[in-house]
Amino acid sequence: MAAVQQKTVDAMKSSQQELTTAWLSALEASGATRNIKEDDLRQQAADFLRLVISVAEKGRHQSLAGSDWDEIRQFLEKLSQSRALIGQDSQQTASFVFSLKGPVFRLLQREYEAEPAVYAEQLLELSELLDALAMHTIRTFQKSRESVIKRQQEELLELSTPVVKLWDGVLALPMIGTLDSQRTQVVMESLLQRIVDTGSEIAIIDITGVPTVDTLVAQHLLKTVTAIRLMGADCIISGVRPQIAQTIVHLGLDLQGVVTKANLADALALALRRLGMTVTKAV
Amino acid sequence: MERIPILQMGAYLLVTIQVDMHDQLALTLQDDLSERISKTSARGVLIDISALDIVDSFVGRMIGTISGLSRIMDAKTVLVGMQPAVAITLVELGMTLPGVSTALNVERGMKLLQERVLAQ
Repeated sequence: MAAVQQKTVDAMKSSQQELTTAWLSALEASGATRNIKEDDLRQQAADFLRLVISVAEKGRHQSLAGSDWDEIRQFLEKLSQSRALIGQDSQQTASFVFSLKGPVFRLLQREYEAEPAVYAEQLLELSELLDALAMHTIRTFQKSRESVIKRQQEELLELSTPVVKLWDGVLALPMIGTLDSQRTQVVMESLLQRIVDTGSEIAIIDITGVPTVDTLVAQHLLKTVTAIRLMGADCIISGVRPQIAQTIVHLGLDLQGVVTKANLADALALALRRLGMTVTKAV
Repeated sequence: MERIPILQMGAYLLVTIQVDMHDQLALTLQDDLSERISKTSARGVLIDISALDIVDSFVGRMIGTISGLSRIMDAKTVLVGMQPAVAITLVELGMTLPGVSTALNVERGMKLLQERVLAQ
């Protein structure tokens, strides 16, 4: 494969200023500059163009992993991370690189007007170079977004499964959000461990915060209840809202053998009664 | 041969599983326990599995069978001290051990057993 010719590099070098201006106006038009300070953008554009010229000058196309590419790779990684943080989407981030194509191609056209064969070759070369860079930008962007999502998921998982002690021997687990397999696993493990640690006889699972109950959620609940029973404790499910009760009945789910209560207060009252305690009003 | 000891306390039998349960051991325990129940005409059996932290489907089934056979021989059975990991494994294996009474620890298990026997 032919490399980027010195003539191309020289042309790009000499019209750096012009390229940057054309590029910035293209960026402006595509709407990719929102939420970015103009000075920052100008600086980023100038830096990126300088780096592109330097890798093009170093000659042959290598894979992006080559050491010559370290600087531009790091630049793009930093760029896409900052874009991800200010909430731009992948298209806006990638168009930062892609919109350089227009000005560069126009420049090439002017330079190689007399040699169409060389023009086509150089066009392909530069196009590939910019594509590879844009791909790398998107990949990094995706990675940083994924890491943000993963972190949030983990935090959510930790936040949403507190086991609280309501009374001596009574534990409660207020569930908030949808119950999937992974969450059920975490919930089950933490609840069972707390039962062993505290020697509690009764566990109340409050599902007021669970938006919907389908067959899968019901199955997860039943699993938890069974595991609690196997350990030798009792389980009460509370917070069954009218709509949820209707859904459960319509789905024909068998919750037999599971004690259910409409709200947490009723469940606690039942738990206290089972422990042989009574609550009376002080006169 | 390795055996799981069965201790007699009055009208009750106490089985404490302190080692990793393997298939032959479970079968031996099943034989021994039924023998002992018929010999001593025990009224209740307490099985403590608090030291058991690995189960497979066979051992899970044996636990169910052992409680089932003592029930048939008219001895109330209570299974105590199941570890969370064991409970989760059994549930995931689909073995919910219906009809088996459970308690958190030996003390509560004994209390439950006495209540059951006295209620008879």
